[in-house]
Amino acid sequence: MRFGLSEEQVLLTDNINRFLSDQVDLQQVRTYADGGDDAQVWQGLAELGVSALLVPEDHGGIGLTPLDAALVAESLGYHVTPGPYLASAVMVPTILAEAAADYAQPLAQLAAGELRVGIAFSEALGARADGGISVVDGVINGKSLFAFDDAADAYLVADASQQIYWVDAGDVQTEKLTTVDKSRRVVALAYDNTPAKPVSDNAEVFAKAVDIGRVILAADTLGAAQAMLDQAVAYAKQRQQFNRPIASFQAVKHMCAEMAAELEPCRAMVWFAAHALAELPDEARVTACHTKAHVAEVGKFVAKTATEVHGGMGFTDLLGLHYWFKRIGANRQWLGSPELIREQAARLQGLGQ
Amino acid sequence: MDLSFGPEYEDFRQEVRQFLRKNIDKSPHNARMRSPEALDWQKLLIEHGYTARTIPQAYGGFGAQPDIIQSRIIAEEFAQARANPGLGGQGISMLVPTLLEMGSEEQKQTFIPPTIRGEMVWCQGYSEPGAGSDLASLTTSAVLDGDEWVVNGQKIWTSTAHLADWIFCLVRTEPDAPKHQGISFLLFKMDTPGIEVKPLVDMTGVANFNETFFTDVRVPKDQIVGARGQGWQVANAILGHERDSLGNPNATLTRLNALIELMHTETVNGERMIDNPVYRDRLMRLQGRVMAMRFNDLRVLSSRINKGQDASLARMIVKLQGTELRHDLEGMAIDIMGEVGLSYEDNPYTRNGGSWQNQYMFFLGLIIGGGTSQIQKNIISERGLDMPKEPKYPAPQKS
Repeated sequence: MRFGLSEEQVLLTDNINRFLSDQVDLQQVRTYADGGDDAQVWQGLAELGVSALLVPEDHGGIGLTPLDAALVAESLGYHVTPGPYLASAVMVPTILAEAAADYAQPLAQLAAGELRVGIAFSEALGARADGGISVVDGVINGKSLFAFDDAADAYLVADASQQIYWVDAGDVQTEKLTTVDKSRRVVALAYDNTPAKPVSDNAEVFAKAVDIGRVILAADTLGAAQAMLDQAVAYAKQRQQFNRPIASFQAVKHMCAEMAAELEPCRAMVWFAAHALAELPDEARVTACHTKAHVAEVGKFVAKTATEVHGGMGFTDLLGLHYWFKRIGANRQWLGSPELIREQAARLQGLGQ
Repeated sequence: MDLSFGPEYEDFRQEVRQFLRKNIDKSPHNARMRSPEALDWQKLLIEHGYTARTIPQAYGGFGAQPDIIQSRIIAEEFAQARANPGLGGQGISMLVPTLLEMGSEEQKQTFIPPTIRGEMVWCQGYSEPGAGSDLASLTTSAVLDGDEWVVNGQKIWTSTAHLADWIFCLVRTEPDAPKHQGISFLLFKMDTPGIEVKPLVDMTGVANFNETFFTDVRVPKDQIVGARGQGWQVANAILGHERDSLGNPNATLTRLNALIELMHTETVNGERMIDNPVYRDRLMRLQGRVMAMRFNDLRVLSSRINKGQDASLARMIVKLQGTELRHDLEGMAIDIMGEVGLSYEDNPYTRNGGSWQNQYMFFLGLIIGGGTSQIQKNIISERGLDMPKEPKYPAPQKS
């Protein structure tokens, strides 16, 4: 029995973390937030194999596990890294590998980091007013809100019946949607008799993509929240008031201890949930739901508390702490907010009518 | 990542199951301390190594090599079969491991065998009215007079003191030494003249604890564990044991399942509580928290059997998170029942024997006992996050 990371997994995260520490500092995040692009960062990550992680080996990928992908997501969250990871490296390869038609070429291009494919799932998971799509005879009409990300070459679009279609970005009108999270960008996709190629009519393919997407978002939040806790502790040790570091006040120590006490079990939870996706099919979906929802709640608590530990400085743009705060806030809503996901967890267990 | 225990452990699990199938009838329910059923069951469990498993045979134990997974399997199977897991109590869970580590050969031989058989019952004399979280400031004194220590002072929270044969007790023997270096660890009989035990009724309505008073209690000089002034180190070796056992997530899972059952049977205006989305969401929040703690527990277990895995922070937070979670869980069951949830003691409308109210309060006690949640947060911030200690308030001048 061994509940922990392998040597290879430790090595993988060390490599990614080293790259991100070098290449994705706060200045880099600010540049992206101000309208810069993420092409160079994504290229660098692709060279480390990040884009190929989940692509099967016979399609030019590395064929690693969801746990490996979650560990990378944790690192990306820790550094509030821009980039299309969630879609292009995780959800899209998961779908294409199981698609009925042959997607060998796009899979190979995704693995190489040469192709970005986004996801437009909001209409399938929790349609809001102003959105809504319909697909008839290979033609799509309507609007997908909050598609991720803005620089994709194509999108996988899911409709209310959870069928998935491939739509080329060149065939749709994209409308930039500004959100609080400036470390990743989303768009609205407007369709006007746009060609939509069927990728999957299997609701299970859709559900599996959502499962892994949720675990990856939980891992991203885990990393981002850990970064906020680390920054809060470091700041408290350095900040002096009343002739002593504020880290020596129990009021401040207990805030940090509460963050650590809530966050540390999330690490085991993310590991288990990611492991379950590949190895424990009976538990995987409920665990993914609970992991996404629980880590979102803990993330929200840590984001607020860590900001408070920084006092007024935490509220300013000077420290940039808000990039983590907003990333955690965005992860909470993407692919289902906690209440909706918990209700799904209950239904999956046959609880309640 | 490998969550299976492996084939050799599955064989072991079958062995335990077979034992339980054959012997479950002998497993006592609510047997009193020292009753023949309890002592016979204990003897049977020791013979098969299902309790006192790693205690050396020389001291009356089974003498197996420590194996955390085997211990885990035994606990799981006994819980599954609802079998009595054998005797617990502070003598077995705290004093015996301490003696194994710090006791003299003679102490081990004298005290361990009757203690693990359940024939010698112990209570713990640590906390005092003026020494709770700041345990090291304790003032119960022991002064050497010829071949005897003379003990004076008062202890509190001494559970089972009214039933115990012996007490293991922290006393101040070096009044002029710094406070952590002036304490000694004494063992003495509870029928020694000068000991008075007063029951202490707690909020559950039961006297789970006592106050224990010592007036010129004379204790033979050699009934000390470790050297004079070493009592703090002796005591700390076992405080770790206690914290590990509080807030066990597997026990919490059992209670969560009972809560889910309750939500299927309790109704308000004819609607089952599980069908009410507000309560259902609250249940799901708890289920998520229980899940996180169960996986945290797996990680801690793994770190104890695999070298090089660091889960020290994961371990440090268990008492804090586990007891708070359990208190919330028990409290939710009360809210599920509404006014019915207030039923207690002989009220005919109690559910599950009134255990929800009882455990709701009992776990508030555990949030406080064994190192309060605030002390836990100090430990987590200082040892887990490397934050500085609060500056010490100057000690009062001695007059």
